Amino acid sequence: MSQLEIKDLHVSIGEKKIVKGLTLTVRSGEVHAIMGPNGTGKSTLAKAVAGHPSFTITSGDVLLDGKSILAMQPDERARAGLFLAFQYPSEIPGVSIANFIRAAVQARLGEGAELDASSYYKRLYSKMDLLKMDRKFTSRAINDGFSGGEKKRCEILQMAMLEPKIAMMDETDSGLDIDALRIVADGVNALRSTNLGVLMITHYQRLLGYIVPDHVHVMWDGRIVKSGDKDLALELEAKGYDWVKNELVPA
Amino acid sequence: MPVVSSSPTLPAIGSFTAEAFAAHLASMSHLPSWWLERKQAAYQKFAALPLPKRTDESWRFATLTGITLDGFNLPDAVGARELGHVPLGIAKAGKLVFANNRLVSQAAISPALTQRGVIVETLQNALLKHGDLVKAHLLAQPAKQGSEKFSALHTALLSDGAFIYLPRGVELEEPLAVFHYAHGNGSAVFPHTLVVAEENSRATIIDFFRSADTGTHFACGQNDLYVGHGAQLTYVAAQTWSRGTLSFQSNSTIARRDSRVQSLNLHLGGRQSRHESHSQLQAPGAHSEMLALTVAQGTQEFDQRTLQIHQAPHTSSNLLYKNALADKAKTIFSGLIVVDPDAQKTDAYQSNRNLMLSDDAEANSLPGLEIQANDVRCTHGATSTRIDPEQEFYLQTRGINKADASELLTFGFFEEVLSKLASEPLRDAFRDLIKAKFKIAPETGTPNLS
Repeated sequence: MSQLEIKDLHVSIGEKKIVKGLTLTVRSGEVHAIMGPNGTGKSTLAKAVAGHPSFTITSGDVLLDGKSILAMQPDERARAGLFLAFQYPSEIPGVSIANFIRAAVQARLGEGAELDASSYYKRLYSKMDLLKMDRKFTSRAINDGFSGGEKKRCEILQMAMLEPKIAMMDETDSGLDIDALRIVADGVNALRSTNLGVLMITHYQRLLGYIVPDHVHVMWDGRIVKSGDKDLALELEAKGYDWVKNELVPA
Repeated sequence: MPVVSSSPTLPAIGSFTAEAFAAHLASMSHLPSWWLERKQAAYQKFAALPLPKRTDESWRFATLTGITLDGFNLPDAVGARELGHVPLGIAKAGKLVFANNRLVSQAAISPALTQRGVIVETLQNALLKHGDLVKAHLLAQPAKQGSEKFSALHTALLSDGAFIYLPRGVELEEPLAVFHYAHGNGSAVFPHTLVVAEENSRATIIDFFRSADTGTHFACGQNDLYVGHGAQLTYVAAQTWSRGTLSFQSNSTIARRDSRVQSLNLHLGGRQSRHESHSQLQAPGAHSEMLALTVAQGTQEFDQRTLQIHQAPHTSSNLLYKNALADKAKTIFSGLIVVDPDAQKTDAYQSNRNLMLSDDAEANSLPGLEIQANDVRCTHGATSTRIDPEQEFYLQTRGINKADASELLTFGFFEEVLSKLASEPLRDAFRDLIKAKFKIAPETGTPNLS
């Protein structure tokens, strides 16, 4: 049983305050969705929790299983069990998917421990089958020339291989057509388990039709202004973000 | 105009005295007289030429204080046992292993290849048995890029090396390898590989430059590649001298009609290493691909000078030199594309790309063109980039630490060059050498590339 606790978090880029006191707890087995219009600080929240060096956490805390992760490097946070599926994953020419994921899996082994290549590939291929990915995919360079759908599938593949405790998924539905969305959602649903907590960040309700959340939070101007169950997403979809602005945000 | 000099002109011969040369020459007395005469003339030239000066354009940016000829010796023979493990895995067609200027072991080529006329011999044996062939190709091209003095020294003190002859139409499926070792503190070595690839032959040749210990070595090597009509030659070299080594290496390539030459030089070792490479495209249809990869760490200096000389119409050349620089390392790339007046329809490309892994590293780039024909396509460029912080962050969010991320991104940067090698085992062998370098802490004491 794991939990990610975000406590009264304030995040800035330079002088600009983006996240302004956000509190949220995600536990294993739960799927939380954060919804909100563009520019409200959703992606900043995810990147700051993952440890992006451009974001400054000015106050508050983030704890994973009761331990603050704020002093940890991004790679230490990842090895502690945190995962971020990027909205726009980096393209890295010359580094193959197979070598990349292998290095990531290797990084989780103890000092001097050798990765068993055959069992690694066996596991990799079974996860790829799950995501309906061609085997040839592994020899391609990371996200280099990938379609939007391929990039997102590649993110889910990494998530499947690294088995995080808590996964933050940033706009996983953006840039996907309906078929790609279904494959990605099926992949995520297959990974849903009592050992995994998910924090989904999305602009639209669309994704939530495929990955049904346990909790929905509406974010506005760096804060969560309303929380509820999956029906909140539908209400939001029906009433629009003006409803949030006019009725939920304290004047 | 008076020239102001800070020191009086001294004969810059260092350890390579007339006595040392005379003793060397005496030991070569069984070789043909034309060769001994050439060596004699070369020694005179070496002794007469000054060391590189600050005002020499061809030595611009080089650390001249690091270039010394003192403290070296012509080393004694060394046994094969002193070399430790010589990894010969990929050289399936045959190999020659030299140490301290002498052959110490070899794996002969197959009788079938011998029967077809392939020769893999020591230079000394070739001088005695195939004198005319050697005379036509050995050190046939004068040094053009600033290392005239070192080229003369190489000719003067060259004891032995590899001679590889591929007769017309013979194709080798597996690579041939030549190992050049230096052993013992102060050892001066003069490695040489001469390849003559006749019409429509095809082969892959690998030169390995290695130190058998961590001593200070002086390496002054040269290789001559003659690629005949329609021949295809892949020449790869891996330089992993000890970190105390001062190295000069010159490559000369002659590409004849419709030939294809691919060269890849991997530079990893040495304290200060100068590499000159000139490719002459002598007849229509000739193509030369010149590739290099360098990992510069600590205070290492790698100085690379290239010449792509287009002497005939419809010739093409493509140069891509990539350097990764960490710590306080320094690289110099100076490249020139020369197109002769009648070399119309030349297609030449030259690119130097530097990946800066440290703010204290220094990459110098001097790309150049000298075009005398009017219907050509010549492009050149040089770039220096840093690790992309977003790429680094992406890798880190997968649990990969900063040092390993740097290494992975450097491999990604190099892959563009490595992927041009057709042989997967060869690519893997080079990857392993590069990987091994990342495991060594540079002399500054900082671990790896972080």
